[in-house]
Amino acid sequence: MCSRRCQALSAITRKEVEHVANLARLTLTEEEAERYTNDLNAILQFAAKLNELDTSDVPPTSHATDVKNVMREDENRPSLPRETVLKNAADHEDGQFKVPAVFE
Amino acid sequence: MSLFDKRLSEIHSALTSKQLSANELVEASLKRIREVDGELRAVIMVDEEAARQQAKAVDERLAKGESELGLLFGLPAGVKDNIVTEGLRTTCASKLLANYDPIYDATVSKKLKDADAVIVAKCNMDEFAMGGSTENSGFAAARNPWNPEYVPGGSSGGSAAAMAAREFFFTLGSDTGGSIRQPAAFCGVVGLKPTYGRVSRFGLVAFASSFDQIGPITKNVEDAAYVLQAIAGHDPYDSTSADVEVPDYLSALTGDVKGLRIGVPKELIGEGIDAEVREAVLAALKQLEGMGASWSEVSLPHTEYAVPAYYLLSSSEASSNLARFDGVRYGVRADNADNLIEMYKETRSHGFGAEVKRRIMLGTYALSAGYYDAYYKKAQQVRTLIIRDFEQIFDEYDVILHPTTPTTAFKLGEKLDDPVKMYLEDICTVPVNLAGLPAISVPCGFSAKGMPIGMQIVGKAFDESTVLRVAHAYEQATDHHTRKPERVRGGER
Repeated sequence: MCSRRCQALSAITRKEVEHVANLARLTLTEEEAERYTNDLNAILQFAAKLNELDTSDVPPTSHATDVKNVMREDENRPSLPRETVLKNAADHEDGQFKVPAVFE
Repeated sequence: MSLFDKRLSEIHSALTSKQLSANELVEASLKRIREVDGELRAVIMVDEEAARQQAKAVDERLAKGESELGLLFGLPAGVKDNIVTEGLRTTCASKLLANYDPIYDATVSKKLKDADAVIVAKCNMDEFAMGGSTENSGFAAARNPWNPEYVPGGSSGGSAAAMAAREFFFTLGSDTGGSIRQPAAFCGVVGLKPTYGRVSRFGLVAFASSFDQIGPITKNVEDAAYVLQAIAGHDPYDSTSADVEVPDYLSALTGDVKGLRIGVPKELIGEGIDAEVREAVLAALKQLEGMGASWSEVSLPHTEYAVPAYYLLSSSEASSNLARFDGVRYGVRADNADNLIEMYKETRSHGFGAEVKRRIMLGTYALSAGYYDAYYKKAQQVRTLIIRDFEQIFDEYDVILHPTTPTTAFKLGEKLDDPVKMYLEDICTVPVNLAGLPAISVPCGFSAKGMPIGMQIVGKAFDESTVLRVAHAYEQATDHHTRKPERVRGGER
């Protein structure tokens, strides 16, 4: 039976690269799909070096220093003016961001 | 002496005593940009009119005899283009953000303005700070002022090249895996990455949130201390900002390193480091030894795992952070899609460059079901081991010293087609980011080809003072930092 670690060490296929691109909301050209399959394989092969280390008793670190959530008093404050917020939007209408249809 | 060679503190004095005007400084900066930046492409966006207006306002305050003058009073600055600046376009060197005009200031931008600096321009960079050469800019590759056939380093290559070319009096960069220190080393200037949390990240367009840190790039160590003084400090707008007292950095510059203990990691001074770089750093150690410091070889045993761990973690964070660029609220939108998902895809596929897409996909893959433990969690565990390596050394030593980069600057295009080769260039800098420590790169020599060599001094968390003290003491005893590229000499006054 192949473990997750075994899976991780296997090569990434072009089909998987296209699946990952879809998850990341990217469309790849034929040339890009080929190139990124090669590149990701090289990088993941490089990353497999980490498996030389036994880290079973090592806790993971997400930030090197403490991170504390920042809270403020729960009081009403003015928000940014709507026209300012919409200033950089590609399209807007009636004070709202406008996008293509979500449903057919 | 060129106006640009004066220390910031000297210029401050000259301004307050009215021997100089802010207008003169801004005009000198704009003139230098016009003279050299057509070739170097260190700058993305210049706002001449706004800079002149700010200088005028500064000079009017001086004329009125105002005594409350900011630390960076009248000083023209270049700011990396991933730091948002209200009223000054911020593109992250990406086609996707080519039209983005921020509606607010980053905390550091506000601090610069509060300190009365004049933000003249936004500096070129690798797109979204992803790269080690500033060849990944969505607009134009930047070039090294010492030789335009060579890269200036990255991702703050524009900030470093502009500083080396004396286009500004100081610049700001951001450092995720070495992006301030590596280009500083390649361009023969000083680059300081503060402790993670020392400088607010609010308004820094995030690449990898647990690594990114803003810092100064300057022509000497005193100037670095000067700028850090103005931008450091707790920020309630940033949950990763540390509530730690900011000391007086200038008073730390005593020139004295007697009794100081320096650790030199054997993994970063031997194999894999160019002989010229190694010799320059060993000569610097000898210099410091002669000044009363002592040094010994130490070990960072997990160094070889730092680069793969860093690229897995930073790419994972990038894939999450860059999900916000969808063409809805800001940025350039592809207009040929007939449904929402297609619009996202078209926008991102046309807007992002090759390196950004590569890292987004690597991060998406590393975080995906079935691979999370094998890649992302594993890299986080290796991060813990690397932090422990540093802690062990700092039990006995005050600072760690080693080359900033394994080689001097490489030629444009030399490493673009081999991402792993390019990533390995970061071997000397990424361990510091994994541990969130402060580090500075200072010039310590030149190669036979005339390219600058940098050495890196790493300190304990929030001990920028010691890092600056050692760097400054070394600088006082040498003249590497005073050398300028032949093509950008001038501006004598």
